[in-house]
Amino acid sequence: MNKTLIGFNKIKTDYIAWENAVPHRVLVCAGTGCLVNGSMKVYEEFVKTIKEANLNVIVELKDEEGDVFVSKTGCQGFCQIGPLVTILPEGIFYTRVKPKDVKDIVETTIKKGDILHRLLYIEPNMLKVCKETSEIPFYQKQRRFVLGNCGMTDPEDIREYIARDGYVSAARACKDMSPEDICRTILASGIRGRGGGGFLTGKKWDMARQQPGDKKYIICNGDEGDPGAFMDMGIMEGNPHSIIEGMIIASRAIHADEGYIYVRAEYPLAVKRIRKAIKDAYTLGILGKRILSSDHTFNLQVMEGAGAFVCGEETALIASIEGKRGMPSPKPPFPSQSGLWGKPTVINNVETLSTIPLILSVGVNKFREMGTENSPGTKTFAITGHVLNTGLIEMPLGSTLRDMIYGVAGGITSDDGKPMADGFKAAQIGGPSGGCLTKEHLDLPIDFDSVKEAGAMVGSGGLVIMNKNTCIVSVARFFMQFTQSESCGKCVLCREGTKQMLVLLDDIIEGRATEETLKILEDLATAVQKGSLCGLGKTAPNPVLSTLNNFRDEYEAHVKYKYCPTGKCKALTKFTIDENLCKGCMLCAKKCPVNAITGERKQVHRIDPIICIRCGACIESCTFGAIKGEKL
Amino acid sequence: METLRKFEKVWEIIDQNGRDSSRLIPILQAVQAEYRYLPEEILTFIATSVGISPARVFGVATFYSLFTLKPKGKYHIRVCNGTACHVKRSMDLHNALQKKLNLRDEKDTTDDMLFTLETVNCLGACGLAPAMVVNEEVYGQLTPERANEIIDDIINAEAHNEQDTHRL
Amino acid sequence: MNENDFLIVDNKEIPIEGEQNLLELIRKAKIDLPTFCYHSELSVYGACRLCMVYVEGMGLVPACSTPPSPSMNVKTNTEDIRKMRKIIVELLLANHSQSCPTCQKSTTCQLQALARRLGITEIRFKNQSKNIPVDDSSPSIVRDPNKCVLCGDCVRICSEVQSVGAIDFAHRGANTMVIPSFGKDLDKVECVNCGQCARICPTGALTPKSEVDEVWKVIHDPNKMVVAQIAPAVRVALGEIFGMEPGVTTTGQTAAALRAIGFNRVFDTSFTADLTVIEESNEFIKRIQKNEFIPQFTSCCPAWVKFVEQYYPEFVHNLSSCRSPQQMFGALSKEILAAQTGKKREDIVVVSIMPCTAKKFEAKRPEFIHDGVRDVDHVITTQELGRMIEEAGLNFRELDPESFNLPFGFKTGAGVIFGNSGGVSEAVLRYVTEKLTGEKRESYEFTSTRGENGIREIKISLAGKEFSLATVSGLGNARQVLEKIKSGQAFYDFVEVMACPGGCVGGAGQPVFTNPVVRQKRTKGIYENDRMLELHKSQDNPYINELYTSFLGEVGGHKAHELLHTGYKSRKRIADEGMSLSSSDGEQTIEVNVCFGTGCFLKGAQKLLRDILVHIDTEQLGDKVSVSASFCFEMCEKGPVIRVGDKVIEGCTLEKAALAIEEERQKVLGDKTVNSMQ
Ligand SMILES: Cc1cc2nc3c(=O)[nH]c(=O)nc-3n(C[C@H](O)[C@H](O)[C@H](O)COP(=O)(O)O)c2cc1C
Ligand code: SF4
Ligand code: SF4
Ligand code: SF4
Ligand code: SF4
Ligand code: SF4
Ligand code: SF4
Ligand code: SF4
Ligand code: SF4
Ligand code: FES
Ligand code: FES
Ligand code: FES
Ligand code: FES
Repeated sequence: MNKTLIGFNKIKTDYIAWENAVPHRVLVCAGTGCLVNGSMKVYEEFVKTIKEANLNVIVELKDEEGDVFVSKTGCQGFCQIGPLVTILPEGIFYTRVKPKDVKDIVETTIKKGDILHRLLYIEPNMLKVCKETSEIPFYQKQRRFVLGNCGMTDPEDIREYIARDGYVSAARACKDMSPEDICRTILASGIRGRGGGGFLTGKKWDMARQQPGDKKYIICNGDEGDPGAFMDMGIMEGNPHSIIEGMIIASRAIHADEGYIYVRAEYPLAVKRIRKAIKDAYTLGILGKRILSSDHTFNLQVMEGAGAFVCGEETALIASIEGKRGMPSPKPPFPSQSGLWGKPTVINNVETLSTIPLILSVGVNKFREMGTENSPGTKTFAITGHVLNTGLIEMPLGSTLRDMIYGVAGGITSDDGKPMADGFKAAQIGGPSGGCLTKEHLDLPIDFDSVKEAGAMVGSGGLVIMNKNTCIVSVARFFMQFTQSESCGKCVLCREGTKQMLVLLDDIIEGRATEETLKILEDLATAVQKGSLCGLGKTAPNPVLSTLNNFRDEYEAHVKYKYCPTGKCKALTKFTIDENLCKGCMLCAKKCPVNAITGERKQVHRIDPIICIRCGACIESCTFGAIKGEKL
Repeated sequence: METLRKFEKVWEIIDQNGRDSSRLIPILQAVQAEYRYLPEEILTFIATSVGISPARVFGVATFYSLFTLKPKGKYHIRVCNGTACHVKRSMDLHNALQKKLNLRDEKDTTDDMLFTLETVNCLGACGLAPAMVVNEEVYGQLTPERANEIIDDIINAEAHNEQDTHRL
Repeated sequence: MNENDFLIVDNKEIPIEGEQNLLELIRKAKIDLPTFCYHSELSVYGACRLCMVYVEGMGLVPACSTPPSPSMNVKTNTEDIRKMRKIIVELLLANHSQSCPTCQKSTTCQLQALARRLGITEIRFKNQSKNIPVDDSSPSIVRDPNKCVLCGDCVRICSEVQSVGAIDFAHRGANTMVIPSFGKDLDKVECVNCGQCARICPTGALTPKSEVDEVWKVIHDPNKMVVAQIAPAVRVALGEIFGMEPGVTTTGQTAAALRAIGFNRVFDTSFTADLTVIEESNEFIKRIQKNEFIPQFTSCCPAWVKFVEQYYPEFVHNLSSCRSPQQMFGALSKEILAAQTGKKREDIVVVSIMPCTAKKFEAKRPEFIHDGVRDVDHVITTQELGRMIEEAGLNFRELDPESFNLPFGFKTGAGVIFGNSGGVSEAVLRYVTEKLTGEKRESYEFTSTRGENGIREIKISLAGKEFSLATVSGLGNARQVLEKIKSGQAFYDFVEVMACPGGCVGGAGQPVFTNPVVRQKRTKGIYENDRMLELHKSQDNPYINELYTSFLGEVGGHKAHELLHTGYKSRKRIADEGMSLSSSDGEQTIEVNVCFGTGCFLKGAQKLLRDILVHIDTEQLGDKVSVSASFCFEMCEKGPVIRVGDKVIEGCTLEKAALAIEEERQKVLGDKTVNSMQ
């Protein structure tokens, strides 16, 4: 046994011994979501209150002293009901914990071992009270593999990572495996990139490995620009060492000695935790020269993005690291041939890299037990929209939409959050580059290939669930608006094409469209898809094309009949005042920007449909619900 | 001496980054952290120092949305319009604040330089949609009313501060 | 790749012979695939998407960035591709100020041509064009962003080929623009006016600035005597506008056309080029003898001169002090014609016809304005002359050839080859060899100065001494050479630089061309001209010799210096303000400007600045002195450099600075007492 492993073993045995010696551990979720909800105050309150209760509180494991060990963790995925607090060893799971609840928790649970029922999670559909996560359907139906440590460990403590067998895979890769071995193993595991493309990671590595030259790079793509997706953030905040370990393995596999983690700047906490993790890894000889007592050298640094979605694209990301405008360049040459500074470069997604050490530790077979033949393993999703439980989840690939929506997310809700049986309309999968799935896809296995066949994309794992009241044209417009404003502006089809697509969608939504509009839109969308330079432009039309495909009627209703079936498109709605409900309060008349509403005080008001610009301001102002929007 | 300190800071930043044009983005980030925006003269200076054309520095500074060449308000409000927030009607927040602060899409900073209002695509607080961030502070599960309150609080606090300074 | 490798383009086998991309192969198949953003001399950009082709098994790919591989099956005209091309052009036109009839580029515009080629008769998209102000601040180039298709050709030629980078992309997405830094006017940035960007721009977004109206105006003015000078490179290109082959010489028709238009005299810039050869060669011989300012740089290309002034101020004295042939002509002709005709200098109007946009800038340089009258009043390009001929309704090809007026119409071949990169060197060699050896030579050609390479080195042994020359075209190449000279990696006695790749034949004022073959044909035409002329060496030009005896006196003498030479000085790179560090409220402020350029920084500017600020503080001069930092006075070798009032102090120390401030203060005080005494 070599030096590092001995060192690691000592860290591990010490940590576990000390851990066992401390009777209680309080895990306070300190992911972005819970922090927003005030979990830092909860944390501080715990430290203070326990001290005041004359217990010995520790925030860092140093030796065997201490009664209660209070730590911060990364996101546990269910931010909606945060701040979350878990009490170990019992595993009691408290939700929506406020600083004022802390005293109760300390008195009742920590001191007496009793459960505080009012802070437990109540499953809304069955009204079942759940004591621990294993009883909560949101967690029960998931397979938390990559996210396993997230929320259960202190992401800022490298010793805890090591105590959970961290860096063992990296040490093995650096010493006991040849680059070919590693590539072969990763290829055999069948893992495909989690960043969107679904490319075989083993193959990508092997290509870079075979490139001549002694300078190569490995880059972790933590740009996560997909609006409404925060899976990679969860990992970066909750388990940063797993990414570093994955990168070490990758660097060994392709013989790179330098790496970058490119993090979206809107994630300050992720940046902070990764920086700390890198620093700690250097201290322990896990990064730097001759790491982990092998002959492998690997240096790692963080680069913060500066606000450009397109920098998630590989060549744009490279340009950005080189200090240029983040404009993609044509492939070939591929980064694995000529990447950063013209050297062979492998770019992998955060989740991909974070899975790598696990593959080496559980073994290829175990890994392949999860997921499907061609899409093995698990995948994280950020599920949002009209579902009861929104959050960060992880499922084996091949799970169905039904599993996710009804199993994990607790079913569809109305706009105001009430359960809505049979309310499912569509799911936008893969964010702005994905497409939409409908009822008929509820039992489709969600894996890279099947979703693609259905005209959408797993993408990075954004999953927006929409209820029946959602106007599908407006949804398409929303994504179009996003890609349009994020286009880098380099190639004509994407720069001008997305702009014109947006104009056409606005025409449809605002009642100016003719049947010709739909045809032009479709032609244009196809051209942008086929002809754009990079993935952003190539996928930008997906939301439009897939909704045109799946919800043609709804588009036609807007165009032919100037009618929005969900009543969401205000310009296609006729606003009228119900004589029986109007109290003549004059509020609406004041709100109307064009003075289309007339009427005396205490008299029924009227809207002049000729003057009305259908802005919808009045409908929101009437406290008596007298104003209605109906089909034009 | 204040300006000298800042100026030396720019030097320090450029030096720390090895006067290396590939470190342009980190340099701009650090300079913006110091000045809260990127003044034209400093950008020219950076260009000269790292040996690239000012046009290129300008091109980079205007490409990335987090860089700004205009001074921003003291409170930088960014309302999230990521997917999760959008479906939770985050634009209502934005519109309410726009109205409150008397701003338009083309005019995002108040005349007294107290507020700048922008949108952002996802803050990673999607579970708490709709969300917004004021300087570093993130707020979740907002309503237009609550957002207005937050702004009122700031305005009140500022008014107090001013009184304090006057009293001093 | 194998010798017998081939691929199939539209059902035809095309051999692969080392081509880098499909586009080259498709062109080899005689198919003119439309492109905006591909140029063999620039890096592959892949933005216009017009070159998309269908490759079996790969789908639609851009031909410009797809490497060919054997047995690819390529189709260039499938339904998808045709649809896509149309959509691209429609998209561009929907964001374009469509004003073809009044556009400078009309008839040579590739966007217009493509719209016609693709049979676009309607634009299905709404017009999004924004009506951004046109920038006509530069004397050379007009920038109309409303016509820009963002192909990036100009950006790449300016940075990759010219190493200037005066214009670049700014903003993002639909707001993307190609502009000078901070959206400043083009004449406020480091643009050297070479015009290469305008040459390569496929649309009317960058065009040479026209002076045609001004020229017509003076022609119509009966009080003016309007004199034309035609640059060497014009004669082999003008015909192209009228459907003639590149390289065909049209001097006879041009002289006829100019007279028909109303010019009073028609002269040849090649005459003053001959004069330049003599002055410059003698200057060279003198420098060699004194071993001073070696290498000598040519100075006939104003873009190159500005480039040196801006980026290599330490080399300004290496530039030959000779004015360019254009400026020699202006000064000389005004002087002599005024004497001959009794006309006032301001009534003699010199119009240059140049292949060049930088010459427009040169003519406006203050060095060449005397008593408010420019030596050269107007500079029009080959294109502009073409337009005047068209406007006058002349059937150019059919005109009976006429000859130039004498004496300034007589030239030797040496004066003509100036139009081409390598020409000045060769002309100088034709002179210097005879001068140094004292023998007449039979042959006159020095073919080693010729060729397509951007940097060509020539070694020659004369009178027992080895000389080393370099002829360079393209400013990026010039930068390389200068860096090598600076670092001692290379040594030359004489360096010729032309800013435009290939020299003036490839100037931005010439008829629009994108294919380098056009330029090569013009070059051939230039050497053909040389061969056809009876004399080939400037020293053999009888009118030049006559000029010296009757008017100029000695070569390099007093009169020659006054009219034919000038001095160049370093110029501040950017017209910018310094960064204010402390400002005084006092009325009489002493301005202290500390250089914070790299050179001065390394020589301790930072400490000096701090010391000065402390000094001002302790001496309580805060209300009298304002301090700012600026970025390079272009005297980096002598740093740290500061400026106190008008006084520039090199190798400055706190003591020197304090002294200068005190002196300046005394001066201000003195002024005040004087004022108060009055
Ligand atoms: C416009 C665009 C944005 C992208 N954004 C991301 C991103 O934020 N994170 C990411 O990992 N991959 C992103 N990708 C995909 C990457 O280009 C790349 O395929 C991926 O990082 C490769 O890693 P993987 O093989 O591990 O998936 C994006 C692609 C495009 C075209
Ligand atoms: S597709 Fe869009 S983002 Fe990609 S290069 Fe083209 S313009 Fe830029
Ligand atoms: S706000 Fe409602 S109740 Fe009041 S006047 Fe208008 S319609 Fe009537
Ligand atoms: S919809 Fe708008 S314009 Fe029409 S009546 Fe209501 S407030 Fe007035
Ligand atoms: S640039 Fe071309 S298309 Fe545009 S107005 Fe000029 S000639 Fe017409
Ligand atoms: S081509 Fe047509 S539009 Fe243009 S000037 Fe002639 S008639 Fe008018
Ligand atoms: S004229 Fe020359 S230097 Fe000026 S912008 Fe154009 S290419 Fe660059
Ligand atoms: S100005 Fe001309 S060359 Fe430059 S990007 Fe625009 S269209 Fe292309
Ligand atoms: S090479 Fe000739 S055409 Fe080009 S800028 Fe110089 S003088 Fe003008
Ligand atoms: S941050 Fe606590 S559950 Fe997400
Ligand atoms: S979408 Fe608003 S925080 Fe993620
Ligand atoms: S020529 Fe290929 S994309 Fe422009
Ligand atoms: S750095 Fe050039 S003069 Fe100071």
